[in-house]
Amino acid sequence: MSAAVEVRGVSFAYGERVALRDVSVSVERGVTHAFLGPNGSGKSTLFKILATILPPQRGTVRILGLDVETQLAAVRRHLGVVFQAPALDRKLSVRRNLEYGGHLYGLRGGALRRTIDEMLAHTGLRDRANEPVERLSGGLKRRVELAKGLMGTPDVLLLDEPTTGLDPGARKDLWQFLASRSGLTVLATTHLMDEAQLAGRITILHEGGVVAEGTPSELEQLVGGELLQLRSPDPARLAEAVKARFGVETKVLEHTLRIRAADAHRLIGDLVDAFGDQIDAVTLSHPTLEDVYIEKTGHRFWAADAEGA
Amino acid sequence: MGLAIYSLWHREVLRFLLDRARVFSSLGQPVIFWLLFSGALGQSSFRPGQLGYGEYFFVGGLAMTLLFTAIFSTITVIEDRKEGFLQGVLVAPVPRLAIVLGKVLGSTTLALLNGLVFCALMPVAGVPWTPLGLLTVVGVMTILALALAGMGYSLAWLMDSSAGYHGIMMVLFMPMLLLSGAFFPAQGAHWVMRGLMTVNPLTYGVGALRHAIYGSNSPATADLPGMPACLLVSVGFAAAMLALGTLTTLRRTARDAN
Repeated sequence: MSAAVEVRGVSFAYGERVALRDVSVSVERGVTHAFLGPNGSGKSTLFKILATILPPQRGTVRILGLDVETQLAAVRRHLGVVFQAPALDRKLSVRRNLEYGGHLYGLRGGALRRTIDEMLAHTGLRDRANEPVERLSGGLKRRVELAKGLMGTPDVLLLDEPTTGLDPGARKDLWQFLASRSGLTVLATTHLMDEAQLAGRITILHEGGVVAEGTPSELEQLVGGELLQLRSPDPARLAEAVKARFGVETKVLEHTLRIRAADAHRLIGDLVDAFGDQIDAVTLSHPTLEDVYIEKTGHRFWAADAEGA
Repeated sequence: MGLAIYSLWHREVLRFLLDRARVFSSLGQPVIFWLLFSGALGQSSFRPGQLGYGEYFFVGGLAMTLLFTAIFSTITVIEDRKEGFLQGVLVAPVPRLAIVLGKVLGSTTLALLNGLVFCALMPVAGVPWTPLGLLTVVGVMTILALALAGMGYSLAWLMDSSAGYHGIMMVLFMPMLLLSGAFFPAQGAHWVMRGLMTVNPLTYGVGALRHAIYGSNSPATADLPGMPACLLVSVGFAAAMLALGTLTTLRRTARDAN
């Protein structure tokens, strides 16, 4: 069986500005997959190409084995898309919004009613079905968006920054709900590390390219070992000294010196004994997704975000 | 595709009816204009087509109702694009023609509804009416509403901001209405204005409305192009605007992604 989504060598540029360079990603059926990257990493452009709203300039995209350029209509029948901008009519009721969503996928009469009732039940919105959307909280509105995106019973659901503006509890609920829908392949873009962590697999994007891919734990193991961070007024000088004395690999990032080693904690005592006067603070941690990002790109995630914005 | 057109049409009409300010203003504006103009000029010696100004401007008010309702309801295309609604439709398995038809037919329906309500002023304005005349008026209003909705839609599809659209409205649509014979006849106007009125397609729509009410043997229509010419131009105007709306929408551009 073909993969749910197969992206091969896709590039895209807005005039001079390159948004995607030679991106290849494969997403298995039935998984939840996050595209993680700061603003300007190209994830939104990739989303728009997958959503069939932008054609790829180079490369191919297949969804369920169907080409997004030559089999556009067929692709769209299998696709559910939830954009970041709200697509709901705020003055209209939840039910009415879902009705309009269903119409676009050819649902009418009894089939439409059944699908709406099912969606309302699954998203816990049954009691609020007849209320205007504007009266719902941010989290509930998002659920209506999601229910609308699922009205066409898609095989592949695309979500652009799905939990923007949601509290952590609502964020977790949403991902649990997505994972519980068997057979559904979910692709979501996000700039939030802890959101990506909820997905089954993650692709990390940076400056339009893929820098790492795997399950959250695979990615963390990619960095491996323990991470020791030394805060110092002159981390470059400290780096030289540490390298000479202990022979470990170091990396300087702003005011911190990062040392990654299998048992980095054993170094702490010796480091402080030797260079205590150059160290303001010592932190020991296990690698996180952010460390993977830094390891792969040499940038801090949020710093790249600011540059991109 | 029929279902999608119905759905978009239904949404357009429902959203209008739920918005009281829009219902009130789209009907209120032409009525207020009519009251002010007929009050100010009703007793004057300005009697175009041998009609009192209140009666003359009734058809102008009707054209104004159609224009403003059609234009204001097609502005929603810009809002739909800003919010995610339009993108949601663009990625659905629906031909783009459905978007044009759903939106334009929705606006046409609203313009027609408001036009009918405005027609209730006929006895007050002293406008003669017969069942057949009224039926013809409805027919002409439909053609005109389609043309104006198509025009508003095409422009709205290409615009990014509703503020910009309001600007265009003042420099394009207002002069178009003023130079259509709605406010004053071509006779006696400066030759430049007369020229502009001849090339303005709306002139023929307003003319057709006058023909529908007064027939072709009345002083009220004596100086206008004949009914066949008025109808032909109006139908052509509607067809051209629908084609323009379709062409702009069918073009898949990077703007769709914004």
